[in-house]
Amino acid sequence: MRVREGAVLALFLVYAWPFFWQLLTSLKPEAELMVLPPLLPSRLTGEHYRAVLDQSVMLRALGNSFGVGAITTVLALVLGLFGAYGIARYPVPGKGLLLLLIVAGTAFPQIATVSPLYLLMRALDLRDTWLALILANTSFALPLVIWLLTGFLQEIPAQLEEAAAVDGAGRLRAFRWIVLPLLAPGLASAALLTFLFSWNEFLFAYTFTATEASRTVPVALALFPGVFEVPWGDIAAASMLASVPPLVLVIGLQRYLVRGLLSGALRE
Amino acid sequence: MTGGGQVPSLARAQRRARVRGLLLLGPALVTLGALTLYPTIWVCWLSLQRRMPIFGVNRFEGLGNYVFLATDPRFWKATEVTLLFTVTSVALELAGGVLAAVALRGLHAGSRIALSLLLLAWALPSVVTAKLFEWLYHPTAGLINFALGGIALNWLGDPRLALPGLILADVWRTLPFVAVLCYARLLAIPADIYEAAQLDGAGAVATFTRITLPLLGRILMIALLFRTLDALRSFDLMFVLTGGGPAGTTETLTVYAYRSLFQAVQLGLGSAVGVVVFALVMLVAWAYLRALRRQGLAA
Repeated sequence: MRVREGAVLALFLVYAWPFFWQLLTSLKPEAELMVLPPLLPSRLTGEHYRAVLDQSVMLRALGNSFGVGAITTVLALVLGLFGAYGIARYPVPGKGLLLLLIVAGTAFPQIATVSPLYLLMRALDLRDTWLALILANTSFALPLVIWLLTGFLQEIPAQLEEAAAVDGAGRLRAFRWIVLPLLAPGLASAALLTFLFSWNEFLFAYTFTATEASRTVPVALALFPGVFEVPWGDIAAASMLASVPPLVLVIGLQRYLVRGLLSGALRE
Repeated sequence: MTGGGQVPSLARAQRRARVRGLLLLGPALVTLGALTLYPTIWVCWLSLQRRMPIFGVNRFEGLGNYVFLATDPRFWKATEVTLLFTVTSVALELAGGVLAAVALRGLHAGSRIALSLLLLAWALPSVVTAKLFEWLYHPTAGLINFALGGIALNWLGDPRLALPGLILADVWRTLPFVAVLCYARLLAIPADIYEAAQLDGAGAVATFTRITLPLLGRILMIALLFRTLDALRSFDLMFVLTGGGPAGTTETLTVYAYRSLFQAVQLGLGSAVGVVVFALVMLVAWAYLRALRRQGLAA
């Protein structure tokens, strides 16, 4: 069918081109940036990447983003795993309301909590630290993690653990040797989404950071320094660097990403 | 197993299980209480105050901020922009997402590459998307004007074009979410349904409206809710791409709230706008759940 092939081609162009164009821009010599046509540069250069990496801003930002993302992911996963296990396996009072609140928590607009959180971080003297971002990111990642993991845990029959407990394995060992291996793909999905959201988070990071000490990649990119002219080539190079982790996750771990997306949306 | 004498111990076991469950949930609940619930109550309290730290102003004002907003043209303009942005981009994303999913479904080779490209657009930081589109929209060196035949439209600087430009960038970024959800649903539909329709002589349009769309109904409703809530509270893209300009044509409630909070440093007023966004989001979620229940779709 012609229509379908045309649609796929259009889709492909619309989604590949902006990305490819940014890549090309990041490799174009400075003098050819503002001239169009020609579409293709006369030669490729790494000067923009060198310029970006020579400033300490972007390198520090990459480090901050990795650190904040990794710690947020671990924290949200540990807290979320305990919480989800409590909901899925124990007769917690008010469970229905609790789950409803947790789902509502994933929809909380950050703009509503940014001002009190800012005052809180200031009162605790946490402005411009990793900890401020880790706490703030955990606040929006945790409901999602609990929601995802509760669902995954409910798919694992409780009888498996009970049988192990009867055999004298004990609840903790049953959890370690039976639940955890079965839960691993679910944990991977939750971890991926948490890291990705933390990596991309802008509003909290923009508000709670002040210097290179804690600025993350999106903030550094938004505040990209330009003295007289906008340094389009450098910005393109910096945004390519910012895209590397999402790219790796999307290409390498697509299965878990899609699984997390689907189960987040489909369980109702 | 349950003798009469064991009832008290069963009750005790039940109680112990409850306590254990609460202990497991405890750390998560304390964290959410401190970082989500407490700030939510606090922001309502803040919105009732007049706070301008630079002038040393800090007093209780009751509903003063809301009264001010009710007659504030900038607030109503921002509300209009927010609603226009939300309705238009969500409609385009749903329509485009379904079409993309249908187009991808019949694909044999290359569906993985196409899916990766779509997911990448969704997974990019929105600040990166903003920078990408800022460059694509560049009046002289931008690819979009070049593709349109070398015209010199100032996309982000023209009050009539800025909002459409912003919506287009948002659709590009979030259409993949809808497309991936629908695509996964379509893969679960047995192929013989389509074969039967073909045998009955149903055309492409009839197949789409009679089979594909009804089967996608539930997932589209979910995508509609998720995307609407996301669009109402989105901030990054407009803040970085246009900063609310030109002439306030892309200033959503979130951007207005942020500027009041941290640029004008009016914590009370900004918080009030934040509360409005919060109320809007909750209202939409509540109306949606009600509509679902009325249709008997919610179990």
